Amino acid sequence: MTIRRTHWICILPLAGVLGVGALAAVTPVSIESNEQIFEIPKGTWARRMAGDTVEILPDEIRLTLGVRDILVLKNSDDVPQMFGPTLMMPGQSFRLPFEMASEYQFACTAHASGQMTIIVEPFPSTPWARLRWRVLEVMRTEVLQEVKA
Amino acid sequence: MRSRRRFPFDRNSRVVNAAFLLLFSCLLYGGNAGALEEPAMKAGVFSPARVAPDFSLAASDGSELNLQRFRGKVVALGFGFTSCPDVCPITLAVLAQARRKLGELKEDLQVVYVTVDPDRDDAERMRNYLAAFDPTFIGGTGTEEQLAAVREEYGIMAKKTVYGKDYGFSHSSFTYLIDRQGKLRALMTYGHTAEDFANDFGILLQE
Repeated sequence: MTIRRTHWICILPLAGVLGVGALAAVTPVSIESNEQIFEIPKGTWARRMAGDTVEILPDEIRLTLGVRDILVLKNSDDVPQMFGPTLMMPGQSFRLPFEMASEYQFACTAHASGQMTIIVEPFPSTPWARLRWRVLEVMRTEVLQEVKA
Repeated sequence: MRSRRRFPFDRNSRVVNAAFLLLFSCLLYGGNAGALEEPAMKAGVFSPARVAPDFSLAASDGSELNLQRFRGKVVALGFGFTSCPDVCPITLAVLAQARRKLGELKEDLQVVYVTVDPDRDDAERMRNYLAAFDPTFIGGTGTEEQLAAVREEYGIMAKKTVYGKDYGFSHSSFTYLIDRQGKLRALMTYGHTAEDFANDFGILLQE
């Protein structure tokens, strides 16, 4: 049985997608830094005073044990800011490590809901978990870029 | 005919020596790198640390409560109320357990618990409540305005919720760690074990 050229056009991209998926599932998860950094840029307070809606922290932050399990908050503005669970002085940073997979709720006046949720997921040790982590990582990066924009 | 296999390293002893030297160096560097690392705190750490805002409240032992009097000690500063059904008793029990784990160093640790419920938590009530966990714990109370000012300095949230004739509070549940120099060094979120607290107290006490 011969495979027609038109069939190859369908088979090759599918094989490519499956190959990339398999590679994403098999390759061990590692990144350069375990830190998930959020920063209040200089001038944020002035922008808020001018009526701009400035969202720095998303309502929900997802971290992964052993991969990205340290939350870093930085206040680069000129005034003290309530950021995440705590009050931070200008130029101050706060580094919060997590060692247990769980859902953490923090009071946060920076959010309209008054609450911030941090979900710490277990280390992706199985192929399926690695694949899922990588897909979520791409989505998460896009969400963070939207928040920054 | 059996060929006699020569041990491959014989011919390249210099290469082998160099490889072992490199491996040994790596191991040595790795070991030193680990030894030079600062002990890791379990709490969230502020950088740079700022001086913990001081206050003047009524202490549960009848004296004036401020942070200056504890300079030279490590202070665990928490906020809550004596009628709290879960978070406060758990936190205080964990702090008491952590303190016991410190051995002789426990004398240099002071737990300070500031109420968010001044209507019910007077000095006597706080003293009796805290003594059930550890008689060295000191409570702080005052007027609503005084306590609100302290909460603002520390970014503490406290929201009153009325249930029929009773009421409670939703409040920040973390504990601040203040070092011997009076600097606000770290924030331990709710849910950590006594071992975690003892680890961080130990690090701060041995500085």
